[in-house]
Amino acid sequence: MRHLLSTADLSRADAVALLDTAEAMAQTQSRTIKKLPALRGLTIVNLFFEDSTRTRISFEAAAKRLSADVINFSAKGSSVSKGESLKDTAQTLRAIGADAVVVRHPASGAPHRLAHAGWIDTPVVNAGDGMHQHPTQALLDAFTLRRHLSGGEGDLAGRHVVVVGDVLHSRVARSNVDLLATLGARVTLVAPPTLLPIGVGAWRCEVSSDLDAALVGDVQGEVDAVMMLRVQRERMTSGFFPSEREYARRYGLDAARVDRLPPHALVLHPGPMNRGLEISAEAADSPRSTVVEQVANGVSVRMAVLYTLLAGDLAGEGVA
Amino acid sequence: MSGHLIRSASPLGGERTDLLVRDGVIVALGADAAAQAGSGDVRVDADGLVALPGLVDLHTHLREPGREDTETVESGTRAAAAGGFTAVHAMANTAPVADTAGVVEQVWRLGRDAGWADVRPVGAVTVGLAGERLAELGAMATSAAAVRVFSDDGKCVWDPVLMRRALEYTRAFDGVVAQHAQEPRLTVDAQMHEGVVSAEIGLTGWPAVAEEAIIARDVLLAEHVGGRLHVQHLSTAGSVEIIRWAKARGIAVTAEATPHHLLLTDETARTYDPVYKVNPPLRTAEDVEAVRAGLADGTIDVVATDHAPHAVQDKDCEWAAAAFGMTGLETCLSVVQQVMVEDGAFTWADVARVLSHTPARIGRVTDHGRPIAVGEPANLVLIDPAARRTVDPRVQETASRNSPFAGRELPGQVRWTFLRGRATIADGVAVPHADATGARA
Ligand SMILES: [Zn+2]
Repeated sequence: MRHLLSTADLSRADAVALLDTAEAMAQTQSRTIKKLPALRGLTIVNLFFEDSTRTRISFEAAAKRLSADVINFSAKGSSVSKGESLKDTAQTLRAIGADAVVVRHPASGAPHRLAHAGWIDTPVVNAGDGMHQHPTQALLDAFTLRRHLSGGEGDLAGRHVVVVGDVLHSRVARSNVDLLATLGARVTLVAPPTLLPIGVGAWRCEVSSDLDAALVGDVQGEVDAVMMLRVQRERMTSGFFPSEREYARRYGLDAARVDRLPPHALVLHPGPMNRGLEISAEAADSPRSTVVEQVANGVSVRMAVLYTLLAGDLAGEGVA
Repeated sequence: MSGHLIRSASPLGGERTDLLVRDGVIVALGADAAAQAGSGDVRVDADGLVALPGLVDLHTHLREPGREDTETVESGTRAAAAGGFTAVHAMANTAPVADTAGVVEQVWRLGRDAGWADVRPVGAVTVGLAGERLAELGAMATSAAAVRVFSDDGKCVWDPVLMRRALEYTRAFDGVVAQHAQEPRLTVDAQMHEGVVSAEIGLTGWPAVAEEAIIARDVLLAEHVGGRLHVQHLSTAGSVEIIRWAKARGIAVTAEATPHHLLLTDETARTYDPVYKVNPPLRTAEDVEAVRAGLADGTIDVVATDHAPHAVQDKDCEWAAAAFGMTGLETCLSVVQQVMVEDGAFTWADVARVLSHTPARIGRVTDHGRPIAVGEPANLVLIDPAARRTVDPRVQETASRNSPFAGRELPGQVRWTFLRGRATIADGVAVPHADATGARA
């Protein structure tokens, strides 16, 4: 693995290996001294063209716990309006000797360009690009699901995950559909038709616009997890749905819907949550909600990704 | 003035014959040609070469005035000559916009002085391409540039009332309104064809219906007012169907397809390489098939390049930040050979029809797109259909490098281009026009 750009690039073996490495990383995080020497002397640049304090901090913590040096580079405002800046920035990174670049960008494909345009020659980790992919988010979701549903090992074969909300604009949904399908899970996307992309029919999942029907489950098996997507409030004014109230009623996860889930089923949300829109306060704070756990798992997964890209060849299975 | 004796060329791919070209005119064919040739006439060995009338492009962006860093009238027409073109229509979306007699005359004059190909400026339909009020279409028509094609290309003439008026008004001087069919509300922020690939790679989709809805509206408007409509760079199967229906109904509509829409699909966007970013976007394999079929059965009248040169920095960036467009003058004929001739759908006479005769007729260019016959203007191209080449933008004549065919092997090579009897391309090499006054003759 040279870069991590999309979960679609991961084979089942790659994905399971990353999750296993993340599990090993998580074990180290319960120790008093959390820091590992694996990436000592290496410099990782967090290149963020779009604000995301949560994701940046998570990557920063992961890199530092592997003893890497971290440079945070915020280039917000210089992205799409001035296209040359991505290339210019890449060349700056090359000059300062970055060993890996973690990039967040509002334009789909920007990390792919960074990895393949010949501007730099370092591993690139996609930390979220436009409406395309957010692979480490999907990995931490899969990690969380695997811990609860598969005893923290192997894949997610036979599990059923319902993903609800703004699929059209969601890199989280795209990454999850690819990864969960690769791991053998069954995925059902639920959204109003205006928030489903034309072309979604080719994805490795089922698609519905009826949340209650999807949550009931069917002959193929009950629901093991519900993943709620964040809804950007400005989608309402651009006419994707009539009103917040109607959205919350038809596609929001409230206490009543949670109660109809099987006892073991989980509730995931990538955060930050719009309480009262896509998820009610009761659902968000219910014992089934893994929202806080997902944040902690994010650090382990990102440690695993950085380790695999930068030290995997050197240390082999050393950490596990 | 000495002439050229072209030996053993195949006009339209037919019987080999000699042509004698003098003073800008084909003066003899066959045995007469050799008999009349003198020692002052340059001998051109054209054995194995196909002779076509000089190609006419209905859709070229020359970028001058305003973006001379990406192309000038001189460099763009040199590229045209290298691609076998002897006349090009220069789109109006320059800076300033070609929306007055002054600007169109300037562009026309630059083309005339450069001497590589005749430049027929296209006039803007609306002032500043703003889509609000008609430009002085009549003044451009009666200017020295004698504009006959009007287009806001790059933008759609969206307002149905303005479009109606343009179609009506241009009837007075036999003009044609060339429409860039793109419903703007359906394509806000659109980056590529809306479909399976856009859904997967997360670029905002550009639905086929955004093109088809405008074409459907415009053919009905053209029927209602009796104007001449030309649909630019048609790209979808549905668009082909609408044109087919309109023609069956007798509506005065013509349509063009670009080489890239005949060969490339939206799958190329998976590379996120903006060299494949173009307006309208590359569509699906089914659309490509339908466009080829439409060209084969005559529903689509012409191939036009939509040659759109861009600076390196406007393409060497992330997809969303990149400019739309790709170069095409120097690869057009090769693409048409590959997708139409080598498939057996086209003879060379068909190539002459879609790349010379018909575009000249649509643009009302009287001395191009003529038969290869005695007494006709010697606007000719000689191509070697057996040649193969790997496209290398660094050695092309255009000032820009954004060819979507870079690195691709294509058949065919222009060996000679003659503009009124003068070789602009001689044995594959561009011949600068030493004496600009010659072009004025
Ligand atoms: Zn156009």
